Amino acid sequence: MSAIAARSLVVVSAGLSQPSSTRLLADRLSVAVDRHLRDAAIEPSLEVIELRDHAQDLTNHLLTGFPSPALQATLDTVLAADGVIAVTPIFSASYSGLFKLFFDLVERDGFAGKPVLIAATGGTARHSLAVEHAMRPLFAYLNAAVGATGVYAATEDWGRSGDPADGSLVERIDRAARELAESMAAREPVTRSDKFADPVPFDVQRRSK
Amino acid sequence: MQFGVFSVGDVTTDPVAGRTPSEAERIQAMVAIALKAEEVGLEVFATGEHHNPPFVPSSPTTMLGYIAARTERLILSTATTLITTNDPVKIAEDYAMLQHLAGGRVDLMMGRGNMGPVYPWFGQDIRNAIPLAYENYDLLRRLWREDVVDWEGKFRTALTGFTSTPRPLDGVPPFVWHGSIRSPEIAEQAAYYGDGFFHNNIFWPKEHVRRMVDLYRRRFEHYEHGTADQAIVGLGGQVFMRANSQDAIREFRPYFDHAPVYGGGPSLEDYMDQTPLTVGSPQQVIDRTLGFREIVGDYQRQLFLADHAGMPLDVVLEQMEMLGELVVPVLRREFAVNRPPSVPEAPVHPRVTAAEAARAGSTVPA
Repeated sequence: MSAIAARSLVVVSAGLSQPSSTRLLADRLSVAVDRHLRDAAIEPSLEVIELRDHAQDLTNHLLTGFPSPALQATLDTVLAADGVIAVTPIFSASYSGLFKLFFDLVERDGFAGKPVLIAATGGTARHSLAVEHAMRPLFAYLNAAVGATGVYAATEDWGRSGDPADGSLVERIDRAARELAESMAAREPVTRSDKFADPVPFDVQRRSK
Repeated sequence: MQFGVFSVGDVTTDPVAGRTPSEAERIQAMVAIALKAEEVGLEVFATGEHHNPPFVPSSPTTMLGYIAARTERLILSTATTLITTNDPVKIAEDYAMLQHLAGGRVDLMMGRGNMGPVYPWFGQDIRNAIPLAYENYDLLRRLWREDVVDWEGKFRTALTGFTSTPRPLDGVPPFVWHGSIRSPEIAEQAAYYGDGFFHNNIFWPKEHVRRMVDLYRRRFEHYEHGTADQAIVGLGGQVFMRANSQDAIREFRPYFDHAPVYGGGPSLEDYMDQTPLTVGSPQQVIDRTLGFREIVGDYQRQLFLADHAGMPLDVVLEQMEMLGELVVPVLRREFAVNRPPSVPEAPVHPRVTAAEAARAGSTVPA
């Protein structure tokens, strides 16, 4: 077997309460992805971003045009991730405003091809398609490689054993996690170029315009 | 080292008095600020250029020409001239004319503007912002340096046998700065031509400013205009002073909290922590400004934003007096300490150098 490969997994959770069912779902997903990566002989590193911690900085960035040092570090972490688990509560038929604010401020170029697992929580199963109708297009816009399985967890899912058509929450988590792990394993680790350290020479820029 | 003020030219309601100046008042206020700059011993006044309310300075050379007639030493500049949506032929003509009228006391700073609809209003596409900045500036340079220009590009009618008049004063084109807050492409452009690079750092944290200026300096050397520490760097600054720093904070806070740029966002304290905004005593302003050198190295031009966010004119003029009397003389002295002799001053027209020398009573170098 070849040397152990490494991949970075970043969880972005837009849960509001502490603890939140959104974070609960995020943790279940990250544990499952971690397991699948290890099964593929990949050593994952995990970082969890709670957007609640950055709520003020996100608003300030939107208003002033620049991120605080802490938010800059967080944005850099997401862009450097080899895979992202993005989890939000569903509010008013879509992801929460806090969740959107964060992805409004992520550099789109840095997301191209990045494996992403989308997941959401809500009070009832009636909101489950918000994952497909709202979250999936957002990440399609970012040119992310969104996994085929989006995971939605209604409150009742935490206590019952499954739906004959779609399997239990545990099964859906496992399926989505396996897809993300496979997609992360298949892709080279992210390398980010520094446009300040290695500028495109003027003549090249001028010719390319 | 040059010190000065730059004005955006916004018409903003004074959040304390609740009063909004008229355009007429704001235009006269900008002139008063420029005259005050010369009076208190600053070197530079720079006006913004905007083509939409609530801003008044749509016609920079008209204003600067008027100020030129009422001043003797002040260098008239822009912050910024829209290289994207102005016809470079008109920029070449207007600023060469201004240069003649002002006896060479003119330079300008190229910028791309910050309001999307200005592009379509002037027949351009914002997606071409960087290509426009490149092509238009390239033409502008040629118009000032070649008597007869044949030119063809993507964004304007071709020129055959065109001569831009008047020719630059004594054949010396105005010095050009390139201003950009976040685009490495513009730092690269400034370096390529050996022009100045101005970072309007007042809205950005110092780590970012350091990276932009470092990039410009490294590339300036790469293009063999001199060593990295000889590149021509300008910075913004934003200050409000009272003898007692708590008074300064108390008086400035409502202007900060309602300012068009950052109002409703971070607290004054957080913003001061993250950007060069300094609200406090003159000594605090001195200490903070001297710290800029730690970030970008020895630099050539320091412009302060004096008037904005509805600050009344009398307070602005008072702030400028404090700058001229209490702050800038100390900055001049301290910035000169340990400044290597190889670090140049910002280029000015030879007539400006000669006039300064004559005023100082020394002989004019041949």
